[in-house]
Amino acid sequence: MSERQVELEILRYNPETDDEPSFQTFQVPCPEDWVVLDAINYVKDNLDRSLSYRWSCHMAVCGSCGMMINGEPTLSCKSFLRDLPDKIRIEPLANFPIERDLVVVMDDFMNKLGSVKPYLIPSEQKAVENGSYLQSPAQLKKFKQYTLCINCTLCYAACPQYAHNEGFVGPAALALAHRYNLDSRDVGRSARQDVVASNEGIWECSFVGACSDVCPEHVDPAGAIQQTKIASTLDYFLDLLPGRNQ
Amino acid sequence: MAMAYRAGVPLKDMEFVQYHPTGLPGTGILITEGSRGEGGILVNKDGYRYLQDYDLGPPDPWPRKKAMELGPRDRLSQAFWHEAQKGRTIDTPHGDVVHLDLRHLGEKKIDERLPMVRDLAISYVGVDPVHDPIPVRPVVHYTMGGIDCDIDAKTSLEGLYAAGECACVSINGANRLGSNSLTELLVFGARAGRGAAELASSTESHADEAAIREQAETAQKRVGGLVQRAGGSESVAGLRREMNTTMETGAGIYRTEDSLGQSCVTMSDLRQRYANVELEDKSNVYNTDLIQALELGAMIDVAEAIAVSAINRKESRGSHQRLDFVERDDKTYLKHSLAHYDANNEPRIEYRDVVITRSQPGERVYGGEQK
Repeated sequence: MSERQVELEILRYNPETDDEPSFQTFQVPCPEDWVVLDAINYVKDNLDRSLSYRWSCHMAVCGSCGMMINGEPTLSCKSFLRDLPDKIRIEPLANFPIERDLVVVMDDFMNKLGSVKPYLIPSEQKAVENGSYLQSPAQLKKFKQYTLCINCTLCYAACPQYAHNEGFVGPAALALAHRYNLDSRDVGRSARQDVVASNEGIWECSFVGACSDVCPEHVDPAGAIQQTKIASTLDYFLDLLPGRNQ
Repeated sequence: MAMAYRAGVPLKDMEFVQYHPTGLPGTGILITEGSRGEGGILVNKDGYRYLQDYDLGPPDPWPRKKAMELGPRDRLSQAFWHEAQKGRTIDTPHGDVVHLDLRHLGEKKIDERLPMVRDLAISYVGVDPVHDPIPVRPVVHYTMGGIDCDIDAKTSLEGLYAAGECACVSINGANRLGSNSLTELLVFGARAGRGAAELASSTESHADEAAIREQAETAQKRVGGLVQRAGGSESVAGLRREMNTTMETGAGIYRTEDSLGQSCVTMSDLRQRYANVELEDKSNVYNTDLIQALELGAMIDVAEAIAVSAINRKESRGSHQRLDFVERDDKTYLKHSLAHYDANNEPRIEYRDVVITRSQPGERVYGGEQK
């Protein structure tokens, strides 16, 4: 198999020894069918064991290997060298604090994810012997696209609004809230609404759509947020009708 | 697995390792069984549906349960091995492959039923299954064996419960059926959780705090020692490569006394050399060199348990196939193997009778009558 010499410029940062991050360059001989993650693994196994980054499945399912590749938030396991120039700049995901090298601190995202209650809230808890919660294919189709989110946070790295205001609940969490709100087995919409329809929720989104552009699973969080805006607006006007809040 | 094993719980039935017959070459990414369930066919380099030569036929044009492409994973992976021996597979830079052909399903059905397969094949091997067959080969997939536990997920060590792939509750026998890992997780995960909660709430005297602190300090010293060790001659990546090679060549789809003997010797050697691993990364922040070193130590112990369990089972059963003992031998080996950890030697293997209730062992027959 033909090989190509690729130059990786990787942002390095170790809080124990470095005042600030700086780039380090590695020359990597790469077979033509490699992804960027293969090249990074080559660096770790052969050139520098101290390089730190997250990865697990190598097939765009676990969502842990997101990084900035030539400035774009990308899963490194799905970023093919054949589509990239000979010089590749690799940085940790934008808009998150760096923990070390390409590893970012995910706490903010994890807290936001929890805040939208991303799980089924049924009207009544059924015992196992009372059977399952049934759903038709048409009901599933309504929200299925939004179930494909793998929590890779590329959308947060791409979002200009999150860059500007870190209080913004953000694309993936809002899309997941929408996913459960649309689920016929769920009655939790009002429990999510405090966070979803708050000032830092859907209304903070200015519909740039960068989140949907970078989503590796084609979830379209931007679309979910706009749909939620319409539903919440409807709520607002319905609340003005007499007799609604008694 | 290694943690329980080192704490004295035996690893059961470790010689049974499942190969999934249709992974992508190089990456090992799985192309789901669903693609064959929808009607995908496997052909060799001559475009021939070779599974009919291995008691899996007749080659109906439609998918049929327990026949041809819907035969069990072990049989399909073994058939691939035989085709490769006969020179009827296709040579690629990532090893031999056969073709999984979905073209006759048509674009609409592939997009509706197998969108992920199409996406993976286009991305990772540059093949659009609507227009071309997908290159596939068997890839290591699942460990039927694991931490010895009962149907309440309880192990021999009080307070330790195990569920999922790390455990061996023995619902899989010698060859797991597709999707049964979900059963293991859901059913036995729930049982493990309930059992552990009951034990915790019914136990009045809890472990002595000083003893726990002492154990924690010992563990901390061990890990700290690994980080600070200087002058070691071995690297994590180097030992891992040697382990992968010896396990694939010696304890793969087909095994012999010689091949397994080689693996046992190499694994015992790697276990000793592991004591000389030196880390390059001495940092206390997100140190993945350390994580990989700890994982490697665990993998070496588990791999040795696989090789030693396999060389002691002198028969062929399910995913454990011996070229030198081709028959199943229920008289001697209708037993679970139990590998007991020994820090300085290869594991000690013991056997325990299999408890059989409703499903008596029978002959495995596939294929079916001509329609």
